[in-house]
Amino acid sequence: MEHLQVFMDTVVSRQDLLIERTIQHLYLSFIAILIAVGISLPLGIYISRNRKVAEFYIGITAVLQTIPSLALFGFLVPVLGIGSITALVALIIYALLPILRNTYTGITGVDEGIIEAGEGMGMTQRQILWKIQLPLSLPFMMAGVRTATVLTVGVATLATFVGAGGLGDVIWRGLQSWNNSLVLAGAIPVALLALLFDSLLKFVEKKVTPKGIKY
Amino acid sequence: MLITFDHVTKQFEDGTIAVDDVSFSVAKGKLVTLIGPSGCGKTTTMKMINKLISLSSGSITIDGTDISEQDPVELRRNIGYVIQRIGLLPHMTIEENVALVPKLKGWKKEDYQKEVDDLLDLVGLEPSTYKKRYPLELSGGQQQRIGVIRALAGKPPIILMDEPFSALDPISREQLQDELKLLQKNIQKTIVFVTHDMDEALKISDEVIVMKDGCVQQIATPDTLIHQPSNAFVRSFIGEDRVKQAIETTSKRQASSVMLPLTAEVLQESTPRLPDSSPLQEVAKMMLTSKANKIILMAADGEATGWIAKDQLLKELAGIDMEVI
Ligand SMILES: Nc1ncnc2c1ncn2[C@@H]1O[C@H](COP(=O)(O)OP(=O)(O)OP(=O)(O)O)[C@@H](O)[C@H]1O
Ligand SMILES: [Mg+2]
Repeated sequence: MEHLQVFMDTVVSRQDLLIERTIQHLYLSFIAILIAVGISLPLGIYISRNRKVAEFYIGITAVLQTIPSLALFGFLVPVLGIGSITALVALIIYALLPILRNTYTGITGVDEGIIEAGEGMGMTQRQILWKIQLPLSLPFMMAGVRTATVLTVGVATLATFVGAGGLGDVIWRGLQSWNNSLVLAGAIPVALLALLFDSLLKFVEKKVTPKGIKY
Repeated sequence: MLITFDHVTKQFEDGTIAVDDVSFSVAKGKLVTLIGPSGCGKTTTMKMINKLISLSSGSITIDGTDISEQDPVELRRNIGYVIQRIGLLPHMTIEENVALVPKLKGWKKEDYQKEVDDLLDLVGLEPSTYKKRYPLELSGGQQQRIGVIRALAGKPPIILMDEPFSALDPISREQLQDELKLLQKNIQKTIVFVTHDMDEALKISDEVIVMKDGCVQQIATPDTLIHQPSNAFVRSFIGEDRVKQAIETTSKRQASSVMLPLTAEVLQESTPRLPDSSPLQEVAKMMLTSKANKIILMAADGEATGWIAKDQLLKELAGIDMEVI
């Protein structure tokens, strides 16, 4: 109980810092996801229609994904300096793969027979994309966005090392001052945010699943 | 709409020759069936008509226009297509699926809604029950019926059907075959129909095209096909039973159906006589027992109505085309 009391005191006394950093954290994650979606969705659609280059693009994002996150931030600093831009770039790079891969597998996974029927009925390629492939692969894309979001919320704790703030700041301060309560005050919101987004996006995923394919 | 294949060959990128120098034509308002063992190129042949598969050589024309000069999208909107794998759009209701082509063609709402209801009625699915359902909420056979009527929607003059009744129980299949036949007679659809089922082919076709390894083996009416299979493959594909049965049926045919008009010369001789309602089998028996080369046929009142010669009877029973000899 004593620990809990200390923790609560910390939260109350540092609430301004916590709120500010949480907002920063959300902001970083959100912008990164938005941009990653902006890149990955069109790219995923593009490579699903040009399958020869698909391997290549997915390969690049997969390689980027394998770079340890701390190292990636480190690599970017000499190039982009420190600040939120660097943090955003790193987060975007991490979010690309799940969205790209899910978009690609979602679109290419649509049953050939269905596409053939569409073509056979005289739908244009564009109509097939918008009326068949996208609606049917939307749940996959959303699953990709969900994975990317959970990932980004976690990795965004490292933004503090490039001076971009976020809840990592709180954790880092706690670590430096041997203040476990402060570490927790930073870590718990990160976990909660990840869980929150996960269930929120899961809900959206269910919503966008076309009625006819909910078994 | 007249469809003509002129020396059409399809070789896939991997070297497979799926269709090999095929020529045939389908006259307007006719139902022509492509039949042959699995992998003989039926689907490939069919998909070249609506340009889902390109030709390697040769040409296909529809009403004299080479399809290579036609816009595929425009072409396909006027060719109904029932695909082998049904291919209903799972995220659209039955109504939306069936109305797809009419909508693409820009029909008015009340027009395509009526079309959907009419077509559902045609295949015995109550519109109010099924319109709002999704494909996965239907049984396999019901889905296949929707696949069929979706191809009819929009009133295309040509319909391609790739094993459209394969998932149906025998009774529904017979029923839909009858419907199709009726439809084709009444509204003059030109239909290309792919099947594995010889009974189905013989029942519904105006003409049957038997294929093997990408090549055409025989093009004939069901009647000719069964009486005069052009080679051993066709014969075995039709099935010995059916061929035998056909010969049996022939031998039971009335003599009057094949008799020739009387001439003075025939009447003069002392030729054996039989009623013209006798089966051909009887005529043959009489020829054998009396060692005659001709038989005179007569009506019930005993008056001579025609005659049959031995060689003609032989050809008839063996199923050999008179003109060919
Ligand atoms: N895209 C393709 N690439 C290479 N070969 C193909 C392709 N599509 C079909 N084939 C081959 O062409 C041949 C004819 O195929 P097709 O689908 O026309 O047969 P089918 O007569 O319709 O058979 P089934 O009765 O089993 O449907 C087969 O040997 C098949 O493997
Ligand atoms: Mg086939």
